[in-house]
Amino acid sequence: MGMTMTQKILAKHAGLDFVEPGQLIEAKLDLVLGNDVTTPPAIDVFATTCACGVFDRNKVALVPDHFTPNKDIKSADNCKKIREFAKAQGLTHYYEIGDPQMGVEHVILPENGLVAPGDAIIGADSHTCTYGALGAFATGVGSTDLACAMATGQTWFRVPEAILFVLKGTLKKNITSKDLILYIIGMIGVDGALYESMEFAGPGVETLTMADRLTICNMAIEAGGKNGIFPVDQKTMDYLAQFAPERLANKDFTVISADADAVYARTIEIDLAEVPMTVSFPHLPENTKTVGTFDEVTIDQVVIGSCTNGRLEDLRTAAALFKGQKVKKGIRCIILPGSQRVWKEALKEGLLEVFADANCVVSAATCGPCLGGHMGILAKGERCVSTTNRNFVGRMGHPESEVYLSSVPVAVASAIFGRIASPEEIEKK
Amino acid sequence: MNAKGKVFKYGANVDTDVIIPARYLNTADPKELAKHCMEDIDMSFVNRVQPGDIIVGGQNFGCGSSREHAPIAIKASGISCVIAPSFARIFYRNAINMGLPIMESTEASEGIADGDEVEIDFATGIIHDITSGENFTAKPFPAFIQKIIAADGLVGYIAKK
Ligand code: SF4
Repeated sequence: MGMTMTQKILAKHAGLDFVEPGQLIEAKLDLVLGNDVTTPPAIDVFATTCACGVFDRNKVALVPDHFTPNKDIKSADNCKKIREFAKAQGLTHYYEIGDPQMGVEHVILPENGLVAPGDAIIGADSHTCTYGALGAFATGVGSTDLACAMATGQTWFRVPEAILFVLKGTLKKNITSKDLILYIIGMIGVDGALYESMEFAGPGVETLTMADRLTICNMAIEAGGKNGIFPVDQKTMDYLAQFAPERLANKDFTVISADADAVYARTIEIDLAEVPMTVSFPHLPENTKTVGTFDEVTIDQVVIGSCTNGRLEDLRTAAALFKGQKVKKGIRCIILPGSQRVWKEALKEGLLEVFADANCVVSAATCGPCLGGHMGILAKGERCVSTTNRNFVGRMGHPESEVYLSSVPVAVASAIFGRIASPEEIEKK
Repeated sequence: MNAKGKVFKYGANVDTDVIIPARYLNTADPKELAKHCMEDIDMSFVNRVQPGDIIVGGQNFGCGSSREHAPIAIKASGISCVIAPSFARIFYRNAINMGLPIMESTEASEGIADGDEVEIDFATGIIHDITSGENFTAKPFPAFIQKIIAADGLVGYIAKK
């Protein structure tokens, strides 16, 4: 019996030749991540482990991105605690506000060359699964796990089964990788991949950019998945050449592919040409509907960005559609670049000017309103179209506000029309 | 390492909210949490439970939030092991990290009756129902998980290393 990609990466990190689903293993980690919400409690637990220091000061990344620039005194205290811990431990990968490498954790870790094929990574943040786009195993854990992993560089895993998604064809015009992942979540449900890996394969993979793959893996957790993972191809190598040249030059990565006789819990075939323009209605990502098949939904706010859709490609798409257009009067449109690097690149390319001309506000490269933190909270009864990844009750503010998850093109069109709209309507305008 | 005690049996999808309701989450003190364990599904649990007793649940035990308080409350109430056909992913992780033994066995979950006396051998995975005389097997924990549990959880295990 062969192994899936995830199983092979886990076996390698556990020093085993073979692992099977359900098996409990202890594995070495290549990177451990924490943010300003999960790290402060982990620092307290860390102190009780009697570890004299972190296992490797180059392999612990701490990113204050959730309530930064600090929202209030409590978040300032939390960030201070992390800053002091990072300094005391001599961590190389601590990202302060304004640092050219700072930003939202799941955007900057790959951009700063900290992720490469074959890595095993845990992060005390559920969207750590994003890094599977590079052919790495990455999953979210809690603060106790983070603390112990910072101390030992290891953690334990239960080897997951996998669902294989075989992609064929190409996405149609105005349909994006975000529509694809929302469509998949709508199909299998928010617990459809519970405890399982979501492995992507098939000829459709090569039609997806790295930004597309990052968006797709980012939302594996929204289907209950333990991780999402893509095979490694030329696009992955090109990405490494751009963002992780040292690891590429030192051959500091391992390309691992699934065995030909790997066993999957089930296989789902998807023709990319059939993926519809999808929006997730409140209050679960699985409540998907196809744009054009529902009654008018008027909105108050649009958010474009986050670790799901805040990459340069996303901002380019948004700017191309906003060019010469205006956000409808009375609607707020917030642009959240995923990282300082993306922010600066968008400035150089003139994208920020397009956004400003269209009457959008461009925010700092942090999480902002995505988790209802600050900088764009919704009032009672307000509706928002957002390119983020969760639309739970109260996710972006008042428990009676609503979040509709969409792709970047749908978000732009919705900002222009003040209701959920299709980018095709902009062309016809 | 063994466990022996009387069984409290519950159905499928026992969620973290019934294990320890959110209204008690203003404390992380195990003793306080134990006072309200299982309260919303079984009011009599806290008065009847004895050290060593065992919970047998249905599938997807521990679904819901990621609160580490749920396994802490069960463990502090004296429960020595939870048996179920399957556990929700985060509860599974948290239970082991907090040093609460859990075992997966569909047969045991179906075959064991409420109130039975049951003995569990963690090293072999054998679950012996003393009342009915029946034996069930669950996959035993690998050595390192047994060590985590013996060290009272992941933090104790790391500290010993
Ligand atoms: S952008 Fe949103 S989903 Fe991503 S890490 Fe920040 S809060 Fe979490």
